[in-house]
Amino acid sequence: MFKLYSIPGIALIVAFLACFICVLTFERPPVDVISTGDPGVGMQLLYNPAKVNAALGMNKAPAALPPIDAGPPAGKAYKNVQVLKNVSVGAFTRLMVSMTTWVAPQQGCTYCHVAGNFASDAKYTKVVARRMLQMTIAVNQTYTNHVGGVGVTCYTCHRGNNAPSAIWFTGVTPGSAPGIAETNMGKNLPAANVNGSSLPSDPYTPFLLNNDKISVNGTTALPEGNKASLKNTEWTYALMMTYAQGLGVSCEFCHNSRAISNWDESTPQRVTAFYAEAMLRDLNGNYMVPLTQEFPPALRGPSGDVAKIDCATCHQGVYKPLFGAKMAVQFPPLEGVGAVPATVVGSPAMPATMSGGSGQP
Amino acid sequence: MPEYQNIFTRVQVRGPLHAGVPVPTGPWEREGQPFYSYLLGQLGNAQVGPFYLGSLGVASLVCGFIAIEIIGLNMWASVHWNIILFIRDLPWLALEPPAPAYGLHLPPLNQGGWWLMAGFFLTASMVLWFLRVHRRSTQLGIGTHTAWAFAAAIWLFLCLGFFRPLLMGAWGEAPPFGIFPHLDWTVAFSLRCGNLYYDPFHMLSIVFLYGSVLLFAMHAGTILATSRFGADKEVEQTVDRGTAAERGALFWRWTMGFNATFESIHRWAWWFAVLTPITGGIGILLTGTVVDNWFLWAVKHGVAPQYAPLYGHITDPALTAQGSK
Repeated sequence: MFKLYSIPGIALIVAFLACFICVLTFERPPVDVISTGDPGVGMQLLYNPAKVNAALGMNKAPAALPPIDAGPPAGKAYKNVQVLKNVSVGAFTRLMVSMTTWVAPQQGCTYCHVAGNFASDAKYTKVVARRMLQMTIAVNQTYTNHVGGVGVTCYTCHRGNNAPSAIWFTGVTPGSAPGIAETNMGKNLPAANVNGSSLPSDPYTPFLLNNDKISVNGTTALPEGNKASLKNTEWTYALMMTYAQGLGVSCEFCHNSRAISNWDESTPQRVTAFYAEAMLRDLNGNYMVPLTQEFPPALRGPSGDVAKIDCATCHQGVYKPLFGAKMAVQFPPLEGVGAVPATVVGSPAMPATMSGGSGQP
Repeated sequence: MPEYQNIFTRVQVRGPLHAGVPVPTGPWEREGQPFYSYLLGQLGNAQVGPFYLGSLGVASLVCGFIAIEIIGLNMWASVHWNIILFIRDLPWLALEPPAPAYGLHLPPLNQGGWWLMAGFFLTASMVLWFLRVHRRSTQLGIGTHTAWAFAAAIWLFLCLGFFRPLLMGAWGEAPPFGIFPHLDWTVAFSLRCGNLYYDPFHMLSIVFLYGSVLLFAMHAGTILATSRFGADKEVEQTVDRGTAAERGALFWRWTMGFNATFESIHRWAWWFAVLTPITGGIGILLTGTVVDNWFLWAVKHGVAPQYAPLYGHITDPALTAQGSK
């Protein structure tokens, strides 16, 4: 036998502790493997049944109220209806009650409405909710290349919460260190939203608010003018990690990792994801940013900016929000039936941040 | 009889402590009183010390200390001088190279200037250590193989952090000083260049790396296995082959038809080890400078297959009207 005070003894104890700690970080098997590509290229989606079951339980669409479509137009029956003017009173009321259960189940109608004067715009939540209605309609009407036949409702993001659980605020500007030391680089700290890596923690601002170029790969074998830097790549890489984490998938859901930028070796899901980028820039720039002043300062980010949207806001860790439950079709006003086109109501302005410098070095 | 089939060294030879051959005249002497350590004797030689630093060793340690201080203090500052966060988040912290916009110019200290300075002192430290190893070897009258092997490692370090950024025209192309950050950087490097695994010099580097590991295991295994017949005198048996050398050679001729000699195995091992960073460095220098996308390069030259699209041809939506919206 060996003595504890010896290299074998010390090594055995250290090895045991190291293994014990490592095993604690493992996911419990089994893991289901779904191959999606050519043999041998590792296009495999890995699913842990325990996690899938948990996600299935947490991503159920709530039961919809029985459809009603009766009565005069809401714009005639009620005062100060600006968006859902031509929706029947029955459908209007059904949607309002549904919105309450989706967004403010604890607070009820008075989360947005002044008791006794429902027409009043005195509460900021009502002003925000109106704009969010326009946003939801715009997503369902304009961005069918991303949301397809599934569409979105308030519940897609809110899930019974006043504010969606997955939102983002603009981070520090890289290189904005106040002192002589190199701090505020926007990276090199544990970032939960990029899989706990040291990658940039706010890849959203450059790409999902500003319109910085996401693609970094050249389309020719030899250098022919592709100037993307390695730092550009780290920002893009971080953005892709937020996509993967937001959808609960790995790179192989969209890409073939042997040729990550090659479209022909990618899956159709990559095209769907691509269309989300323009959509998110539109939603953040034209719907969220103009609402900044409406929100009380306590609900804004560290730099006073408004909460904004990324993949996780709707997807919440699932490849299709609510596993593709077709909720929007049960609420025709959210698909624009009877709604006033958004452009008539307000003129979405390009936020100042979109023309200014980007957050990416 | 000593047991050689053990992970740990079972034999500790203890004679009178000795300082070694005399040092040529100079201002430096060997430092410290040598002593025996039972625990260290299980890993290597039981005698510890004396040490010889010399002027090159001291200069190297000073430069290395400055580099580590610059890196460590900037890391500590990045968690607002919080010692708990510094320890907890240390693997994530880094000293970041300048933004690409600075090109090869000198950036302010807090935007990459410290990184340049740390890189200078770290490089100086390693070059001085190379010179020290070279001088120690020469003064002991032995060959300078170890010094040149270390130089090969310095070559790869400089290819990544100095030569390639120079060729690309920006310090921002260099890796950060940090544990996870330099690993994330490595992945980003491969992502940017269309998969580094299709770089033939990266392939060669992997061959030599894995080859080094294989040779190390084969050689160490052979010597330990034949020690009971006197293989510990392996260098003598190069020219005066005893039964250990004959049995070891026979073993490999029986298993793979060919065998190294007691001399050549050390040359194989040295070259495999040294060629790992040399070929790796060449692969790095070619990336972005003369080849932009290694996957497309490999397809063009028949190195990698281009598979038929599994889901039909997909056009980059950025190129279509719908995508450019």
